[in-house]
Amino acid sequence: MREDRHRPVPPTPDAIWERIDAVMRRHAYSSHALIETLHVAQEAFGYLDKATLAWVAGSLRVPLSRAYGVATFYHLFRTEPPGRQLCVVCMGTACWLKGAGEVMRGIAQTLGVHDGETTSDGQVSLLSAHCVGQCGMAPLVVLDGEVVGPTSAPTVVARIAARRAGPSPAEEAG
Amino acid sequence: MTPAQLAQLAAAERSAAAAVRHEVAVCTGGSCGSAGAAAVVEALAREAGAVGGGGNIRVKGVGCLGLCRQQRGGPPERVGVLVRVAPENHLYADITAEDAPRLVRSLGRAPLLERLVDTGQAFFTRQRRIVLETCGRVDPARIEDYIAAGGYAALLKALERPPTEVIAEVTRSGLRGRGGAGYPTGLKWSTVAKARGSEKYVVCNADEGDPGAFMDRTVLEGDPHRVLEGMAIAAWAVGARHGYIYCRAEYPQAIARLRTAIRQAEGHGLLGPAIADTPFGFRVEVRVGAGAFVCGEETALLASIEGGRGTPRPRPPYPAEHGLFGKPTLINNVETFANIPAIVREGGAWLAAIGTDKSKGTKVFSLAGHVVNTGVIEVPMGITLREIVFEIGGGIPNGRQCKAVQTGGPSGGCIPASHLDTPVDYESLVGLGSIMGSGGMIVMDDSTSMVEVARFFMGFSMKESCGKCVPCRVGTVHMHELLSRIAGGRGTARDLALLEELCDMVRQTSLCGLGMAAPSPVLSTLRWFRDEYEARLLAAAEG
Repeated sequence: MREDRHRPVPPTPDAIWERIDAVMRRHAYSSHALIETLHVAQEAFGYLDKATLAWVAGSLRVPLSRAYGVATFYHLFRTEPPGRQLCVVCMGTACWLKGAGEVMRGIAQTLGVHDGETTSDGQVSLLSAHCVGQCGMAPLVVLDGEVVGPTSAPTVVARIAARRAGPSPAEEAG
Repeated sequence: MTPAQLAQLAAAERSAAAAVRHEVAVCTGGSCGSAGAAAVVEALAREAGAVGGGGNIRVKGVGCLGLCRQQRGGPPERVGVLVRVAPENHLYADITAEDAPRLVRSLGRAPLLERLVDTGQAFFTRQRRIVLETCGRVDPARIEDYIAAGGYAALLKALERPPTEVIAEVTRSGLRGRGGAGYPTGLKWSTVAKARGSEKYVVCNADEGDPGAFMDRTVLEGDPHRVLEGMAIAAWAVGARHGYIYCRAEYPQAIARLRTAIRQAEGHGLLGPAIADTPFGFRVEVRVGAGAFVCGEETALLASIEGGRGTPRPRPPYPAEHGLFGKPTLINNVETFANIPAIVREGGAWLAAIGTDKSKGTKVFSLAGHVVNTGVIEVPMGITLREIVFEIGGGIPNGRQCKAVQTGGPSGGCIPASHLDTPVDYESLVGLGSIMGSGGMIVMDDSTSMVEVARFFMGFSMKESCGKCVPCRVGTVHMHELLSRIAGGRGTARDLALLEELCDMVRQTSLCGLGMAAPSPVLSTLRWFRDEYEARLLAAAEG
């Protein structure tokens, strides 16, 4: 494995990097593996920081600018740490018709953040999705992966508060 | 696996199923999945075991049963899932884990009347299921179930015929691309087959990005093997040995089921190096998107599979000649591939006998919005929008009137209620300023502001513009600004004129379909609901 010499060392000695490295190895460290690798890295850390991007870029021999370009082009990649809870308001057509705008406004006002932001205590990230494809439940909100709908801003806010008070909210990165 | 072995496995599975007295199928589709389908399956299986019916009762999870929601009165939070009991063919709605004991006890006796759904209603009887023929019948996690339903027989049949004959059959069927543009599938296949180069690719576009569209999701989650079978037949026809399914990351269930299905098919020798013990090999990989609407555009999709930013490039050259990794590539949508096994099995002429003169076969729609029945439907081409909305859809809830039907998502348009008698086919919908699109169909009642609808879709296109070409990147922002001004009662007649001018410019000069079609929702609402725009304009003097 002579090629190993050219590969950068992981930012920390943590074993988690091996999981990410395994994806790249499966793709023979081809630059085509960039998106697949970033998915796994984000799953592992919740977001993509500069050290991660630099390590992945170095391993796949693409410029850091390209890795950063990809990480910021796609909506699902994050370069900032997410809140402990993820609240995603569906803004698809059916949800929009049934008042998703009000749901979003209501939650945003109560939490004191805008769409795409995280509360200052790092507890909740408020996001929007274009359509999660479950229009029978419109208007709906996805709370840490759980789809809730038809729903309203007060219901969602109450559920967020209940989770916040709970022992340990599920820390899902997806 | 040889054809004889496949037939043997199918027969064994069928006789095992026949020995079971009751089959309880739980919908695990998107909405039911979120409403606790897994818990219902578990509770039913436990209950069946408890009554000693292990051998007599078979509980299984199946793909979407179609009727995601039936809205009559107010909107209560959705509870419970759809369950179908065979051979009685009873369909139940709103079943929760707590209902399991009652439901199991009712088997072979009187049905649970209060949960029973009338399967004689138009929602079920007016459909014609080809793409969805096994969706909701087979367990998507078991290849044996799909094989028992006749799965993979079409692939093996195709492998016994020369590729040119397979392509001829697809051409004869008149099938057109179900991604929305309607390009003749047979023609596309033969172009790729004729393209020079020993290395070719087959790509399935599963990046269902239109808001309000969940047909492809239903197929991928409910019947993943059908898509794989269609792709393998295509690979044989065009001479490809490697394929990709580009699936959006928002559908984790679809991705998981596809990966399971690929593994199972490889294990059975129905994908992989030597399919059905022939020299033909075909490997499929799943590539996961990362949230970019533009990646539904074929050249952007290819750029994304290659690991880059999903930006489109000018065509020609078309992917058929210069596609993935620079090789000839066949790109079809999920629903297109899902049509293929039935075409090979029944013959092209069979499909061509369904539908209209220029639009053959069926179309799967996801019906949503202000309509009583929300769900996934498959209808023959040529059915009218009125039949879809008022018969299959059950009409408009809350005593309101239908105002418009939106098809084609942000690239489509709104068809006014006065034109609901239009038959659903590619040309008729284009004639009304909309498009067939991939199959999202949103019904809007008379409380809907069409200016707001146009603004909503423009906001979508603006956010999703990849930024590569100026007309789309800048034009969508300005159109959105003008629409906001008009919607807010601050627009003038000059703003409206400027908006129309911009629509024309963006449509004519954008690089890809996203930009070219971005003005469509504005143009179609202007065409049919111009008075709503004008009613919001400031007095002329202020312009």
